[in-house]
Amino acid sequence: MVASVEQVWDWLDAVPDPEIPVISLVDLGIIRNVAWAGDTLQVTVTPTYSGCPATSIINLDIETALRDHGVEKIELKRQLSPAWTTDWLSDKGREKLEEYGIAPPQPAGGPERCPHCGSTAVEKLSQFGSTPCKAQWRCTECLEPFDYFKCI
Amino acid sequence: MAEVMEKTALFEFLCRMGDNTLILGHRVSEWCGHAPVLEEDIALANTALDLIGQTQLWLEYAAEVEGKGRSADDLAFLRDVWDFRNVLMLELPNGDFGQTLMRQFLFDAWQVVMLGHLVRSSDTRVSEIAEKASKEVAYHLDRSRGTVIGLGDGTEESNARMQAALERLWPYVGEMFASDETDAAMLAAGVAPDPASLRAEFDAIVLPALAEATLTVPEGDFAHKGGRDGGMHTEHLGHILCTMQWLQRAYPGAKW
Repeated sequence: MVASVEQVWDWLDAVPDPEIPVISLVDLGIIRNVAWAGDTLQVTVTPTYSGCPATSIINLDIETALRDHGVEKIELKRQLSPAWTTDWLSDKGREKLEEYGIAPPQPAGGPERCPHCGSTAVEKLSQFGSTPCKAQWRCTECLEPFDYFKCI
Repeated sequence: MAEVMEKTALFEFLCRMGDNTLILGHRVSEWCGHAPVLEEDIALANTALDLIGQTQLWLEYAAEVEGKGRSADDLAFLRDVWDFRNVLMLELPNGDFGQTLMRQFLFDAWQVVMLGHLVRSSDTRVSEIAEKASKEVAYHLDRSRGTVIGLGDGTEESNARMQAALERLWPYVGEMFASDETDAAMLAAGVAPDPASLRAEFDAIVLPALAEATLTVPEGDFAHKGGRDGGMHTEHLGHILCTMQWLQRAYPGAKW
């Protein structure tokens, strides 16, 4: 019994991002393609940031999840172009980020509002944060600092 | 024969790109745990991480082109000083925070321009790596440019330090725009632009920012050279490699 491509997408949607476990790898937009080539399942993955240390863990997590579902032959392909963009974050992913306390990326280059209290009075602390994909901001209303998912 | 020469030139070109990001990435990582404030510490570490990630992409391709069974790690950890192709500016010691950010700004500006051209490379792999890296580098430039302006147009102390940093580093800028037969071969093959042709675009980014930072660009166009062609590195590169390569030298083949 060979799993359908749709089934595989569902499985991958249950694999959490290792750094931000509230969103899945599919939410993150880094799974670019799933296809069968004969009896081999090919999964195409694109890196978020070229030096992101989570990349190798992500590949390992994908492989482990698929093996747990009985897939035996797996080929992970890396795709660099088109380069990953935060436009590929799913709406579900964006909502979950905000619930988790991380402001989702905005084309304007800064968070729309504080993920804690919803105030729009926010200021940037640093262009970089705890992982390559985040920056540090602070709410000047509730005074809480928060992560902002960088828009690239 | 032409194909062999082009392959040699491509390998050389890829090492220049990868060694630039490797050596600067290592230098920037030396700040980890030492930056003036926590936010800057994190920013520097993240910048270093991006640079090392780009190194992996460049050197991985270099190793494939070379075709001698070496990996990106072999190139990074098992070559000696004379085989490195980074420009001299990137191997100089960090100096103070201001000098580190001035160096970052000058290199970021060059990278932004260079990668902008490489996105249109006739070599698909080069074009893909450039597309990926240019997004990260645009972000780096945004920060380094802002910091150079902030510190240059800051206090008397910060201005003096930034001016000193600019005077220290300016004679190293010219090497980024040097060109030789490798560049001619890359240009002919449509792989990469002639670096000499990039100066005007670089100046258009750098000069207005330095003016806004109230800094004075030193006179003279003398340029220290010898890094990108491996002719004569500074004494500092050997010290970097001692630290960076120590583990693989002491325990050959050790894995994480």
